[in-house]
Amino acid sequence: MTTIEKQLLQAPRNHRYVLTVVAIVVILLAWSVTEFSLKLDSNGMKIASNIVGGLLNPDLDFLFNLSDKGVIYLLWETFAIALLGTIVGAILAVPLAFLAASNIVPKPISWIIRLLLIFIRTVPALVYGLMFIRVTGPGPFAGVLTIGITSIGMLAKLYVDAIEELDVKVLESMTSIGCTTFEKIRYGIIPQLASIFLSVMIYRFDMNMREAAILGLVGAGGIGAPLIFAMQGYKWEQVGSILIGLVILILIIEFISNKLRSKLVNG
Amino acid sequence: MYDKIFPPKKIELSNGRVVLEKRSRTPLILLIVMIAVYYSAQVTGFSFEVLFKRISEFFIIIKEMLKPNWGYIDGIWPELMSTLKMSLFGSVAGALIALPAALLASANIIKNRVIVAVCKTVLSLLRTMPTLVTALIATYVFDLPATAGTVAIFLFTISYVGKLMYEAIENVDMGAFEAMESIGMTRIEAFRYAIIPQILPGYLSTSLFCFEGNVRYAAILGYVGAGGIGKLINETIGWRDYSSLGMIVLMLVITVYTIETISEHFRKKLI
Repeated sequence: MTTIEKQLLQAPRNHRYVLTVVAIVVILLAWSVTEFSLKLDSNGMKIASNIVGGLLNPDLDFLFNLSDKGVIYLLWETFAIALLGTIVGAILAVPLAFLAASNIVPKPISWIIRLLLIFIRTVPALVYGLMFIRVTGPGPFAGVLTIGITSIGMLAKLYVDAIEELDVKVLESMTSIGCTTFEKIRYGIIPQLASIFLSVMIYRFDMNMREAAILGLVGAGGIGAPLIFAMQGYKWEQVGSILIGLVILILIIEFISNKLRSKLVNG
Repeated sequence: MYDKIFPPKKIELSNGRVVLEKRSRTPLILLIVMIAVYYSAQVTGFSFEVLFKRISEFFIIIKEMLKPNWGYIDGIWPELMSTLKMSLFGSVAGALIALPAALLASANIIKNRVIVAVCKTVLSLLRTMPTLVTALIATYVFDLPATAGTVAIFLFTISYVGKLMYEAIENVDMGAFEAMESIGMTRIEAFRYAIIPQILPGYLSTSLFCFEGNVRYAAILGYVGAGGIGKLINETIGWRDYSSLGMIVLMLVITVYTIETISEHFRKKLI
Protein backbone atom coordinates (compact mmCIF):
# COMPACT_ATOMS: atom_id res chain seq x y z
CA MET A 1 0.00 0.00 0.00
CA THR A 2 1.46 3.35 -0.97
CA THR A 3 1.47 6.36 1.31
CA ILE A 4 -1.12 8.08 -0.85
CA GLU A 5 -3.58 5.19 -0.46
CA LYS A 6 -2.96 5.14 3.28
CA GLN A 7 -3.67 8.83 3.52
CA LEU A 8 -6.85 8.36 1.49
CA LEU A 9 -8.11 5.63 3.84
CA GLN A 10 -7.31 7.76 6.85
CA ALA A 11 -9.65 10.52 5.74
CA PRO A 12 -12.54 10.85 8.19
CA ARG A 13 -15.76 9.30 6.93
CA ASN A 14 -18.85 11.34 7.52
CA HIS A 15 -21.19 9.76 4.99
CA ARG A 16 -23.92 9.29 7.53
CA TYR A 17 -23.77 12.95 8.59
CA VAL A 18 -23.82 14.20 5.00
CA LEU A 19 -26.65 11.83 4.10
CA THR A 20 -28.77 12.99 7.03
CA VAL A 21 -28.31 16.63 6.11
CA VAL A 22 -29.09 15.93 2.46
CA ALA A 23 -32.21 13.94 3.42
CA ILE A 24 -33.48 16.77 5.62
CA VAL A 25 -32.89 19.30 2.85
CA VAL A 26 -34.69 17.12 0.30
CA ILE A 27 -37.69 16.63 2.60
CA LEU A 28 -37.90 20.37 3.27
CA LEU A 29 -37.63 21.04 -0.44
CA ALA A 30 -40.43 18.60 -1.25
CA TRP A 31 -42.53 20.35 1.37
CA SER A 32 -41.75 23.79 -0.02
CA VAL A 33 -42.67 22.90 -3.58
CA THR A 34 -46.29 22.26 -2.58
CA GLU A 35 -47.22 25.91 -2.84
CA PHE A 36 -45.53 26.48 -6.17
CA SER A 37 -47.24 26.25 -9.51
CA LEU A 38 -46.19 27.79 -12.79
CA LYS A 39 -49.77 28.55 -13.71
CA LEU A 40 -49.93 31.95 -15.35
CA ASP A 41 -52.51 34.59 -14.71
CA SER A 42 -55.23 34.61 -17.38
CA ASN A 43 -53.59 37.53 -19.16
CA GLY A 44 -50.16 37.08 -17.56
CA MET A 45 -48.33 36.62 -20.83
CA LYS A 46 -49.92 39.73 -22.28
CA ILE A 47 -48.84 41.79 -19.29
CA ALA A 48 -45.33 40.35 -19.40
CA SER A 49 -44.97 41.32 -23.05
CA ASN A 50 -46.43 44.75 -22.25
CA ILE A 51 -43.76 45.26 -19.55
CA VAL A 52 -41.00 44.27 -21.95
CA GLY A 53 -42.55 46.59 -24.53
CA GLY A 54 -42.60 49.40 -21.97
CA LEU A 55 -38.94 48.84 -21.11
CA LEU A 56 -37.94 48.91 -24.78
CA ASN A 57 -40.18 51.84 -25.49
CA PRO A 58 -40.07 54.11 -22.44
CA ASP A 59 -41.95 57.35 -22.00
CA LEU A 60 -39.02 59.68 -22.82
CA ASP A 61 -40.90 62.85 -21.89
CA PHE A 62 -41.50 61.47 -18.42
CA LEU A 63 -37.90 60.22 -18.15
CA PHE A 64 -36.21 63.53 -18.98
CA ASN A 65 -38.82 65.82 -17.47
CA LEU A 66 -37.05 68.15 -15.00
CA SER A 67 -40.14 69.27 -13.08
CA ASP A 68 -41.07 67.69 -9.76
CA LYS A 69 -43.17 65.03 -11.46
CA GLY A 70 -40.42 63.70 -13.71
CA VAL A 71 -38.25 60.66 -13.13
CA ILE A 72 -35.11 62.72 -12.54
CA TYR A 73 -36.63 64.64 -9.63
CA LEU A 74 -38.06 61.43 -8.16
CA LEU A 75 -34.65 59.78 -8.36
CA TRP A 76 -33.04 62.80 -6.70
CA GLU A 77 -35.63 62.53 -3.93
CA THR A 78 -34.87 58.82 -3.53
CA PHE A 79 -31.15 59.63 -3.39
CA ALA A 80 -31.77 62.33 -0.77
CA ILE A 81 -33.79 59.90 1.39
CA ALA A 82 -31.04 57.30 1.21
CA LEU A 83 -28.26 59.80 1.97
CA LEU A 84 -29.94 61.47 4.91
CA GLY A 85 -31.20 58.15 6.26
CA THR A 86 -27.73 56.65 6.12
CA ILE A 87 -26.27 59.60 8.01
CA VAL A 88 -28.98 59.47 10.68
CA GLY A 89 -28.44 55.71 11.04
CA ALA A 90 -24.67 56.01 11.10
CA ILE A 91 -24.75 58.58 13.89
CA LEU A 92 -27.26 56.62 15.99
CA ALA A 93 -25.32 53.38 15.49
CA VAL A 94 -22.05 54.66 17.00
CA PRO A 95 -23.14 54.80 20.68
CA LEU A 96 -25.05 51.52 20.32
CA ALA A 97 -21.98 49.86 18.83
CA PHE A 98 -19.75 50.97 21.71
CA LEU A 99 -22.37 49.72 24.18
CA ALA A 100 -22.50 46.35 22.42
CA ALA A 101 -18.73 45.81 22.22
CA SER A 102 -17.76 43.21 24.79
CA ASN A 103 -14.26 44.65 25.27
CA ILE A 104 -15.63 48.01 26.41
CA VAL A 105 -18.72 47.38 28.54
CA PRO A 106 -19.55 44.49 30.89
CA LYS A 107 -20.88 41.29 29.29
CA PRO A 108 -24.55 41.58 30.39
CA ILE A 109 -24.93 45.09 28.94
CA SER A 110 -23.35 44.13 25.64
CA TRP A 111 -25.60 41.08 25.47
CA ILE A 112 -28.78 43.11 26.03
CA ILE A 113 -27.79 45.69 23.41
CA ARG A 114 -27.01 42.89 20.95
CA LEU A 115 -30.47 41.43 21.50
CA LEU A 116 -31.96 44.87 20.90
CA LEU A 117 -29.98 45.15 17.66
CA ILE A 118 -31.29 41.77 16.47
CA PHE A 119 -34.84 43.02 17.06
CA ILE A 120 -34.18 46.28 15.23
CA ARG A 121 -32.67 44.38 12.32
CA THR A 122 -35.43 41.83 11.92
CA VAL A 123 -38.44 44.14 11.78
CA PRO A 124 -38.97 44.67 8.03
CA ALA A 125 -38.35 48.16 6.67
CA LEU A 126 -41.93 48.42 5.46
CA VAL A 127 -43.21 48.03 9.02
CA TYR A 128 -41.06 50.93 10.18
CA GLY A 129 -42.22 52.86 7.15
CA LEU A 130 -45.88 52.38 8.03
CA MET A 131 -45.17 53.26 11.66
CA PHE A 132 -43.30 56.47 10.83
CA ILE A 133 -46.05 57.57 8.50
CA ARG A 134 -48.22 57.77 11.62
CA VAL A 135 -45.57 60.08 13.10
CA THR A 136 -44.72 62.45 10.27
CA GLY A 137 -47.50 61.90 7.79
CA PRO A 138 -46.83 60.43 4.34
CA GLY A 139 -43.86 61.86 2.50
CA PRO A 140 -40.10 61.61 2.17
CA PHE A 141 -39.45 62.56 5.81
CA ALA A 142 -40.98 59.26 6.94
CA GLY A 143 -38.67 57.56 4.45
CA VAL A 144 -35.60 59.21 5.98
CA LEU A 145 -36.50 58.05 9.49
CA THR A 146 -37.25 54.53 8.23
CA ILE A 147 -33.94 54.23 6.40
CA GLY A 148 -32.22 55.62 9.47
CA ILE A 149 -33.62 53.05 11.86
CA THR A 150 -33.21 50.08 9.49
CA SER A 151 -29.58 51.04 8.91
CA ILE A 152 -28.79 50.99 12.63
CA GLY A 153 -29.00 47.22 12.90
CA MET A 154 -26.43 46.35 10.25
CA LEU A 155 -24.18 49.36 10.81
CA ALA A 156 -23.94 48.74 14.55
CA LYS A 157 -23.18 45.06 14.00
CA LEU A 158 -20.30 45.81 11.62
CA TYR A 159 -19.05 48.67 13.86
CA VAL A 160 -18.95 46.26 16.80
CA ASP A 161 -16.70 43.89 14.83
CA ALA A 162 -14.32 46.78 14.13
CA ILE A 163 -14.31 47.94 17.75
CA GLU A 164 -13.65 44.46 19.08
CA GLU A 165 -10.65 44.09 16.77
CA LEU A 166 -9.14 47.35 18.02
CA ASP A 167 -5.37 47.08 18.53
CA VAL A 168 -4.92 47.98 22.21
CA LYS A 169 -1.11 47.82 22.10
CA VAL A 170 -1.11 51.25 20.48
CA LEU A 171 -3.10 52.62 23.41
CA GLU A 172 -0.76 51.01 25.94
CA SER A 173 2.30 52.54 24.31
CA MET A 174 0.55 55.92 24.23
CA THR A 175 -0.19 55.63 27.95
CA SER A 176 3.45 54.79 28.58
CA ILE A 177 4.68 57.94 26.83
CA GLY A 178 2.18 60.01 28.81
CA CYS A 179 -0.72 60.81 26.48
CA THR A 180 -3.98 62.12 27.92
CA THR A 181 -7.26 60.28 27.37
CA PHE A 182 -8.31 62.77 24.71
CA GLU A 183 -5.03 62.32 22.84
CA LYS A 184 -5.40 58.57 23.07
CA ILE A 185 -8.85 58.73 21.51
CA ARG A 186 -7.80 61.20 18.82
CA TYR A 187 -4.53 59.54 17.75
CA GLY A 188 -5.01 55.95 18.94
CA ILE A 189 -8.64 55.02 18.38
CA ILE A 190 -10.10 57.29 15.70
CA PRO A 191 -7.48 56.49 13.03
CA GLN A 192 -8.10 52.77 13.53
CA LEU A 193 -11.87 53.02 13.29
CA ALA A 194 -12.54 55.88 10.87
CA SER A 195 -11.76 54.09 7.62
CA ILE A 196 -13.71 50.95 8.54
CA PHE A 197 -16.70 52.96 9.75
CA LEU A 198 -16.69 55.03 6.56
CA SER A 199 -16.40 51.98 4.35
CA VAL A 200 -19.31 50.31 6.14
CA MET A 201 -21.35 53.50 5.82
CA ILE A 202 -20.75 53.74 2.08
CA TYR A 203 -21.72 50.10 1.65
CA ARG A 204 -24.90 50.65 3.61
CA PHE A 205 -25.68 53.75 1.54
CA ASP A 206 -25.47 51.58 -1.55
CA MET A 207 -28.01 49.18 -0.01
CA ASN A 208 -30.21 52.02 1.18
CA MET A 209 -30.68 53.26 -2.38
CA ARG A 210 -32.59 50.06 -3.14
CA GLU A 211 -34.42 50.26 0.16
CA ALA A 212 -35.44 53.88 -0.48
CA ALA A 213 -36.70 52.93 -3.92
CA ILE A 214 -39.23 50.50 -2.46
CA LEU A 215 -40.34 52.61 0.50
CA GLY A 216 -42.50 54.66 -1.81
CA LEU A 217 -44.77 51.63 -2.05
CA VAL A 218 -46.05 52.44 1.46
CA GLY A 219 -46.16 56.18 0.80
CA ALA A 220 -42.85 57.14 2.37
CA GLY A 221 -41.58 59.20 -0.56
CA GLY A 222 -39.23 58.40 -3.39
CA ILE A 223 -39.80 56.66 -6.66
CA GLY A 224 -41.82 53.68 -5.38
CA ALA A 225 -45.21 55.39 -5.29
CA PRO A 226 -45.23 56.58 -8.93
CA LEU A 227 -44.07 53.10 -9.91
CA ILE A 228 -46.96 51.34 -8.20
CA PHE A 229 -49.47 53.89 -9.53
CA ALA A 230 -48.15 53.45 -13.06
CA MET A 231 -48.47 49.68 -12.74
CA GLN A 232 -51.96 49.82 -11.34
CA GLY A 233 -52.94 52.13 -14.19
CA TYR A 234 -51.32 49.79 -16.78
CA LYS A 235 -49.12 52.65 -18.03
CA TRP A 236 -46.26 50.43 -19.11
CA GLU A 237 -44.27 53.16 -20.88
CA GLN A 238 -44.04 55.04 -17.57
CA VAL A 239 -43.15 51.84 -15.71
CA GLY A 240 -40.40 51.33 -18.28
CA SER A 241 -38.94 54.79 -17.83
CA ILE A 242 -39.00 54.55 -14.02
CA LEU A 243 -37.28 51.15 -14.05
CA ILE A 244 -34.63 52.34 -16.53
CA GLY A 245 -33.89 55.44 -14.43
CA LEU A 246 -33.73 53.41 -11.23
CA VAL A 247 -31.42 50.74 -12.64
CA ILE A 248 -29.02 53.33 -14.10
CA LEU A 249 -28.87 55.32 -10.84
CA ILE A 250 -28.27 52.19 -8.76
CA LEU A 251 -25.54 50.99 -11.12
CA ILE A 252 -23.77 54.38 -10.98
CA ILE A 253 -23.91 54.47 -7.19
CA GLU A 254 -22.69 50.89 -6.90
CA PHE A 255 -19.74 51.70 -9.15
CA ILE A 256 -18.77 54.82 -7.18
CA SER A 257 -19.22 53.08 -3.84
CA ASN A 258 -17.01 50.15 -4.90
CA LYS A 259 -14.29 52.59 -6.06
CA LEU A 260 -14.43 54.60 -2.82
CA ARG A 261 -14.41 51.52 -0.62
CA SER A 262 -11.44 49.90 -2.32
CA LYS A 263 -9.61 53.22 -1.97
CA LEU A 264 -10.46 53.38 1.75
CA VAL A 265 -9.39 49.82 2.41
CA ASN A 266 -6.16 49.97 0.41
CA GLY A 267 -5.27 53.42 1.74
CA MET B 1 -5.91 70.55 -9.30
CA TYR B 2 -6.51 70.56 -5.55
CA ASP B 3 -2.76 70.69 -4.91
CA LYS B 4 -2.44 73.83 -7.05
CA ILE B 5 -5.03 75.79 -5.06
CA PHE B 6 -3.72 74.62 -1.69
CA PRO B 7 0.03 74.12 -2.23
CA PRO B 8 1.57 71.27 -0.21
CA LYS B 9 3.26 72.16 3.05
CA LYS B 10 7.06 72.20 2.92
CA ILE B 11 8.88 70.53 5.81
CA GLU B 12 12.64 70.94 6.08
CA LEU B 13 14.33 67.93 7.66
CA SER B 14 17.39 68.28 9.87
CA ASN B 15 19.69 67.08 7.08
CA GLY B 16 18.52 69.86 4.81
CA ARG B 17 16.19 67.89 2.53
CA VAL B 18 12.76 69.30 1.82
CA VAL B 19 9.72 67.04 2.00
CA LEU B 20 6.30 68.03 0.65
CA GLU B 21 3.27 67.12 2.71
CA LYS B 22 0.07 67.14 0.65
CA ARG B 23 -2.78 69.05 2.23
CA SER B 24 -5.56 66.90 3.59
CA ARG B 25 -8.59 66.54 1.34
CA THR B 26 -10.91 65.96 4.28
CA PRO B 27 -12.27 69.57 4.43
CA LEU B 28 -13.24 69.47 0.75
CA ILE B 29 -15.01 66.10 1.08
CA LEU B 30 -16.70 67.27 4.26
CA LEU B 31 -17.91 70.42 2.49
CA ILE B 32 -19.39 68.40 -0.40
CA VAL B 33 -21.14 66.04 2.02
CA MET B 34 -22.50 68.99 4.02
CA ILE B 35 -23.94 70.61 0.90
CA ALA B 36 -25.49 67.30 -0.20
CA VAL B 37 -26.99 66.81 3.27
CA TYR B 38 -28.39 70.34 3.28
CA TYR B 39 -30.13 69.90 -0.07
CA SER B 40 -31.33 66.43 0.90
CA ALA B 41 -32.87 67.86 4.04
CA GLN B 42 -34.63 70.49 1.92
CA VAL B 43 -35.98 67.92 -0.53
CA THR B 44 -37.17 65.48 2.09
CA GLY B 45 -38.61 68.11 4.43
CA PHE B 46 -36.49 66.97 7.37
CA SER B 47 -37.49 68.87 10.49
CA PHE B 48 -36.42 68.30 14.06
CA GLU B 49 -39.51 70.19 15.23
CA VAL B 50 -41.90 67.59 13.81
CA LEU B 51 -39.64 64.83 15.00
CA PHE B 52 -39.56 65.95 18.62
CA LYS B 53 -43.24 66.86 18.72
CA ARG B 54 -44.57 63.68 17.18
CA ILE B 55 -42.05 60.99 18.05
CA SER B 56 -44.22 60.01 21.02
CA GLU B 57 -46.67 58.51 18.50
CA PHE B 58 -43.96 56.09 17.50
CA PHE B 59 -43.44 54.95 21.07
CA ILE B 60 -47.19 54.57 21.57
CA ILE B 61 -47.18 52.07 18.69
CA ILE B 62 -44.10 50.32 20.15
CA LYS B 63 -45.84 50.08 23.53
CA GLU B 64 -48.88 48.46 21.91
CA MET B 65 -46.62 46.06 20.05
CA LEU B 66 -44.94 45.01 23.27
CA LYS B 67 -48.25 43.49 24.38
CA PRO B 68 -48.48 40.78 21.72
CA ASN B 69 -51.90 39.36 20.95
CA TRP B 70 -51.29 35.65 21.63
CA GLY B 71 -54.65 34.64 20.21
CA TYR B 72 -53.55 35.74 16.77
CA ILE B 73 -50.99 32.93 16.48
CA ASP B 74 -53.37 30.63 14.58
CA GLY B 75 -53.81 33.22 11.86
CA ILE B 76 -50.07 33.80 11.52
CA TRP B 77 -48.99 30.18 11.26
CA PRO B 78 -50.07 29.33 7.66
CA GLU B 79 -48.72 32.61 6.28
CA LEU B 80 -45.41 32.13 8.09
CA MET B 81 -45.12 28.64 6.60
CA SER B 82 -45.90 29.98 3.14
CA THR B 83 -43.17 32.62 3.62
CA LEU B 84 -40.69 29.88 4.53
CA LYS B 85 -41.73 27.75 1.56
CA MET B 86 -41.31 30.67 -0.82
CA SER B 87 -37.88 31.53 0.44
CA LEU B 88 -36.65 27.95 0.63
CA PHE B 89 -37.74 26.91 -2.85
CA GLY B 90 -36.70 30.22 -4.41
CA SER B 91 -33.27 30.08 -2.78
CA VAL B 92 -32.52 26.46 -3.70
CA ALA B 93 -33.67 26.82 -7.29
CA GLY B 94 -31.87 30.15 -7.62
CA ALA B 95 -28.64 28.78 -6.18
CA LEU B 96 -28.74 25.83 -8.59
CA ILE B 97 -29.17 28.09 -11.63
CA ALA B 98 -26.58 30.54 -10.29
CA LEU B 99 -23.72 28.06 -10.68
CA PRO B 100 -23.91 27.64 -14.48
CA ALA B 101 -24.66 31.36 -14.80
CA ALA B 102 -21.54 32.17 -12.76
CA LEU B 103 -19.51 29.75 -14.87
CA LEU B 104 -20.62 31.47 -18.08
CA ALA B 105 -19.71 34.85 -16.55
CA SER B 106 -16.16 33.98 -15.48
CA ALA B 107 -13.53 35.23 -17.87
CA ASN B 108 -10.92 32.60 -17.01
CA ILE B 109 -13.07 29.60 -18.02
CA ILE B 110 -15.09 30.92 -20.94
CA LYS B 111 -12.81 32.40 -23.55
CA ASN B 112 -15.59 34.00 -25.57
CA ARG B 113 -15.68 37.62 -24.42
CA VAL B 114 -19.18 38.30 -25.71
CA ILE B 115 -20.80 35.53 -23.61
CA VAL B 116 -18.92 36.68 -20.50
CA ALA B 117 -19.92 40.30 -20.96
CA VAL B 118 -23.58 39.45 -21.62
CA CYS B 119 -23.80 37.17 -18.57
CA LYS B 120 -22.14 39.73 -16.30
CA THR B 121 -24.48 42.47 -17.50
CA VAL B 122 -27.58 40.32 -17.01
CA LEU B 123 -26.46 39.38 -13.49
CA SER B 124 -25.81 42.97 -12.47
CA LEU B 125 -29.07 44.19 -14.01
CA LEU B 126 -30.98 41.52 -12.08
CA ARG B 127 -29.21 42.59 -8.91
CA THR B 128 -30.16 46.25 -9.22
CA MET B 129 -33.88 45.46 -9.37
CA PRO B 130 -35.24 45.66 -5.82
CA THR B 131 -36.89 42.34 -4.87
CA LEU B 132 -40.16 44.04 -4.06
CA VAL B 133 -40.38 45.54 -7.55
CA THR B 134 -39.69 42.16 -9.15
CA ALA B 135 -42.37 40.65 -6.92
CA LEU B 136 -44.80 43.38 -7.90
CA ILE B 137 -44.27 42.65 -11.59
CA ALA B 138 -44.49 38.89 -10.95
CA THR B 139 -47.87 39.26 -9.25
CA TYR B 140 -49.22 40.59 -12.55
CA VAL B 141 -47.81 37.65 -14.47
CA PHE B 142 -48.45 34.63 -12.25
CA ASP B 143 -51.72 33.32 -10.95
CA LEU B 144 -50.79 32.23 -7.42
CA PRO B 145 -49.41 34.88 -5.06
CA ALA B 146 -46.85 32.46 -3.60
CA THR B 147 -45.46 31.73 -7.05
CA ALA B 148 -44.88 35.43 -7.66
CA GLY B 149 -42.93 35.66 -4.40
CA THR B 150 -40.93 32.56 -5.22
CA VAL B 151 -40.01 33.93 -8.64
CA ALA B 152 -38.85 37.23 -7.15
CA ILE B 153 -36.65 35.42 -4.62
CA PHE B 154 -35.40 33.04 -7.30
CA LEU B 155 -34.23 35.91 -9.52
CA PHE B 156 -32.58 37.75 -6.64
CA THR B 157 -30.75 34.60 -5.52
CA ILE B 158 -29.40 33.98 -9.03
CA SER B 159 -28.00 37.49 -9.21
CA TYR B 160 -26.53 37.52 -5.71
CA VAL B 161 -25.01 34.01 -5.62
CA GLY B 162 -24.05 34.32 -9.29
CA LYS B 163 -22.04 37.48 -8.73
CA LEU B 164 -20.18 36.18 -5.68
CA MET B 165 -19.50 32.89 -7.44
CA TYR B 166 -18.04 34.32 -10.62
CA GLU B 167 -15.77 36.46 -8.47
CA ALA B 168 -14.73 33.28 -6.64
CA ILE B 169 -14.20 31.34 -9.86
CA GLU B 170 -12.11 34.14 -11.34
CA ASN B 171 -9.89 34.11 -8.25
CA VAL B 172 -9.25 30.35 -7.99
CA ASP B 173 -5.85 28.82 -8.51
CA MET B 174 -5.82 27.91 -12.21
CA GLY B 175 -2.73 25.67 -11.91
CA ALA B 176 -4.70 22.50 -11.24
CA PHE B 177 -7.12 23.27 -14.07
CA GLU B 178 -4.28 23.75 -16.56
CA ALA B 179 -2.52 20.60 -15.37
CA MET B 180 -5.69 18.55 -15.88
CA GLU B 181 -6.27 20.00 -19.32
CA SER B 182 -2.68 19.23 -20.25
CA ILE B 183 -3.06 15.55 -19.36
CA GLY B 184 -6.01 15.33 -21.75
CA MET B 185 -9.15 15.99 -19.75
CA THR B 186 -11.95 17.94 -21.38
CA ARG B 187 -12.75 21.43 -20.13
CA ILE B 188 -15.82 20.17 -18.27
CA GLU B 189 -13.95 17.33 -16.55
CA ALA B 190 -11.17 19.71 -15.56
CA PHE B 191 -13.75 22.14 -14.20
CA ARG B 192 -15.40 19.36 -12.22
CA TYR B 193 -12.20 18.10 -10.59
CA ALA B 194 -10.09 21.27 -10.35
CA ILE B 195 -12.44 24.20 -9.83
CA ILE B 196 -15.51 22.73 -8.10
CA PRO B 197 -13.62 21.45 -5.03
CA GLN B 198 -12.09 24.90 -4.60
CA ILE B 199 -15.32 26.86 -4.79
CA LEU B 200 -17.78 24.38 -3.24
CA PRO B 201 -17.50 25.48 0.41
CA GLY B 202 -17.81 29.12 -0.60
CA TYR B 203 -20.77 28.32 -2.83
CA LEU B 204 -22.70 26.47 -0.11
CA SER B 205 -21.93 29.12 2.47
CA THR B 206 -22.99 31.96 0.15
CA SER B 207 -26.20 30.14 -0.70
CA LEU B 208 -27.01 29.62 2.97
CA PHE B 209 -26.32 33.28 3.70
CA CYS B 210 -28.55 34.28 0.81
CA PHE B 211 -31.31 32.03 2.14
CA GLU B 212 -31.08 33.78 5.51
CA GLY B 213 -31.55 37.15 3.86
CA ASN B 214 -34.33 35.81 1.66
CA VAL B 215 -36.45 34.85 4.67
CA ARG B 216 -36.37 38.51 5.68
CA TYR B 217 -37.24 39.69 2.17
CA ALA B 218 -39.99 37.11 1.77
CA ALA B 219 -41.62 38.48 4.89
CA ILE B 220 -42.44 41.77 3.17
CA LEU B 221 -43.27 40.51 -0.30
CA GLY B 222 -46.88 39.91 0.74
CA TYR B 223 -47.28 43.66 0.92
CA VAL B 224 -47.46 43.88 -2.86
CA GLY B 225 -49.67 40.79 -3.02
CA ALA B 226 -46.99 38.14 -3.47
CA GLY B 227 -48.01 35.81 -0.65
CA GLY B 228 -46.59 35.28 2.80
CA ILE B 229 -46.71 37.14 6.07
CA GLY B 230 -46.48 40.61 4.51
CA LYS B 231 -50.19 40.50 3.74
CA LEU B 232 -50.97 40.22 7.46
CA ILE B 233 -48.54 43.05 8.28
CA ASN B 234 -50.37 45.26 5.83
CA GLU B 235 -53.80 44.31 7.22
CA THR B 236 -52.92 44.74 10.90
CA ILE B 237 -51.39 48.15 10.31
CA GLY B 238 -54.39 49.17 8.26
CA TRP B 239 -56.67 48.27 11.17
CA ARG B 240 -54.24 49.83 13.68
CA ASP B 241 -54.22 46.47 15.45
CA TYR B 242 -50.71 46.96 16.80
CA SER B 243 -50.78 44.15 19.35
CA SER B 244 -51.37 41.64 16.54
CA LEU B 245 -48.57 43.33 14.62
CA GLY B 246 -46.37 42.83 17.66
CA MET B 247 -47.21 39.13 17.60
CA ILE B 248 -46.28 38.88 13.90
CA VAL B 249 -42.98 40.65 14.51
CA LEU B 250 -42.23 38.42 17.48
CA MET B 251 -42.85 35.26 15.44
CA LEU B 252 -40.74 36.67 12.64
CA VAL B 253 -37.85 37.50 14.96
CA ILE B 254 -37.93 33.99 16.44
CA THR B 255 -38.03 32.35 13.00
CA VAL B 256 -35.28 34.50 11.53
CA TYR B 257 -33.11 34.06 14.60
CA THR B 258 -33.52 30.25 14.51
CA ILE B 259 -32.68 30.07 10.83
CA GLU B 260 -29.69 32.36 11.30
CA THR B 261 -28.35 30.23 14.12
CA ILE B 262 -28.69 27.00 12.14
CA SER B 263 -27.18 28.47 9.01
CA GLU B 264 -24.33 30.07 10.96
CA HIS B 265 -23.53 26.67 12.46
CA PHE B 266 -23.24 25.10 9.02
CA ARG B 267 -21.37 28.05 7.53
CA LYS B 268 -18.74 27.87 10.27
CA LYS B 269 -18.36 24.17 9.55
CA LEU B 270 -17.93 24.77 5.83
CA ILE B 271 -15.13 27.31 6.10
